[in-house]
Amino acid sequence: MNLKDIVKEFNLEVVSSSDNLDREVTGGYVSDLMSDVMANSKSGDIWITLQIHQNIVAVASLKDIVGIVVIGGRKVEEETIEKAETENIPILATELPAFEIVGKLYELGIGREDEDEK
Amino acid sequence: MVNDKRISKIQALTYELKVRDVMTYKIVSINPKKTIYELRDILRDYRISGTPVVNNGKLVGIISIEDFVNCLSEGEMDALIEDKMSSKVKVLYADEPLVHAVNKLDRYGFGRFPVIDRNGEKLVGIITKGDIIKGVLKKLEVDYHEEEIHRYRASHIFEDIVADRTTLTFQYNVAGKNFDVAGESASKLKKALRRLGIHPDLVRRAAIASYEAEINIVVYTDGGQLTASVRPDQIMIEASDSGPGIPDIEKAIQPGFSTAPEWVQELGFGAGMGLINIKHCVDKLNISSEIGKGTYLKAIINIKQPNL
Repeated sequence: MNLKDIVKEFNLEVVSSSDNLDREVTGGYVSDLMSDVMANSKSGDIWITLQIHQNIVAVASLKDIVGIVVIGGRKVEEETIEKAETENIPILATELPAFEIVGKLYELGIGREDEDEK
Repeated sequence: MVNDKRISKIQALTYELKVRDVMTYKIVSINPKKTIYELRDILRDYRISGTPVVNNGKLVGIISIEDFVNCLSEGEMDALIEDKMSSKVKVLYADEPLVHAVNKLDRYGFGRFPVIDRNGEKLVGIITKGDIIKGVLKKLEVDYHEEEIHRYRASHIFEDIVADRTTLTFQYNVAGKNFDVAGESASKLKKALRRLGIHPDLVRRAAIASYEAEINIVVYTDGGQLTASVRPDQIMIEASDSGPGIPDIEKAIQPGFSTAPEWVQELGFGAGMGLINIKHCVDKLNISSEIGKGTYLKAIINIKQPNL
C-alpha cells in the first residue's frame, strides 16, 4: 500500500510533496518525541504526530520515513511545509485524533505485514 | 550486416538515439518551380550532393547531383526541378530510432534521407551517413565522460588514495537555540556518508548519533561544532560546545532524565533519550564535561562489523 492509497482511503489533506506519494508504506510509528522517533521508527514507516515544527522534516528525512501524518486538524507551520518540499517529504493532515487514525491504518493492514508472514 | 550475435556498444546506441538527435536541422531545400540551373548554385554554395524539394513547407521530392549531371549531359539546364526530381521519396520520421536510418541507407544506397514530422508531415531535417557517424561518436564521447566522472565518485576515494592512514573530516557548525535549522548538520552528514558508499546500516546509526548530539548543542548551548572523521575502519563523531556543561554524566545518560526547559519539551525534544540513543547506535562513547566550560562528546562506529 502506498501513500496515495492511504490519502484516498482516509481523505487526508496533502500539505506538501504531493508528487512523492508513490512510495510503499511498510509500517507505522506514533510519537511526539523526536528522540523516540529517531530511536524506534523504521525506514518505510508512516509517522503519526501532533508536532508541526520544522524539525519533524529533519527527523523524517534522517529516518527515511515515507510520510508524516499531522493529527487533530493542527495547522502545519509554513516553514515546515517549505522544508518538506525541499526534502521531498510528504506531510498529510487529518482532523482525526492520533488514536483513531492509527486504528484505521492498523485495520487497513499497515504494520501488520510481518504478522501475516508468521 | 553483422554476424556477431553480441550487440556492440555502437549498435546499442543506434537503438538508443533517435533520428532527430543526429539529423541536421538547418535544411537547404529547393522549390519545384526552380530550374536545374538554379540547383547548381545551391549544390555549389552549400557543398552538398543533393537536396529535398519543398513546396509550401511540404516535401514533394528529392533531387541529387546525379540528376544534375544527367541534365548537364543532355543540355537540359533550363528544365524544372519538378520534372527531374525523384518524387517517390523515402523518408524517415524524426522519432524513429537511428537504427532505421542505418538500415534504410544500407538498403537503398541513398546518400541522404529527408526527415519529416510524424504529425504535420512537415520537413524538419535531413540525415546523411556523416550525421549518423558524428552523432554516434558524440554520444560515445558523452557516455565515456560520464563513466569517467562515475569512476571518480566519492565512493572510490578510499581505494584511490594511497596512504598509510586516510581520514576524511566533515565539520559542521551548529547554531545554538535555533530549532529552525536543528538537524541540518546531521542531514548533511548523512548525505556525505552515503556518497562515500558506507553501508546503509552504519549511515543510519551515524545519522541518529549525530542528530542527537546536534540537538543537544541546540537545546543546551549557544552553539558548537559537529565533526565526523571517516576512516576506512571507523566513523568518529565528535560534538563540542562551550555551553554550561553536564554536572553528572552518568545521570544524564539515564533514559528519561532531562533538564530541558518546558517549552523545549513541548516541541518534542529534551525527553531524556538523546544520550541513550547515541549510546545504542555507536560502538564506543566518551563524554567529558566541565561545568561552565563546555562538553565534548566522542562516538565511534566501527566500519568492519563482523555481522555485516
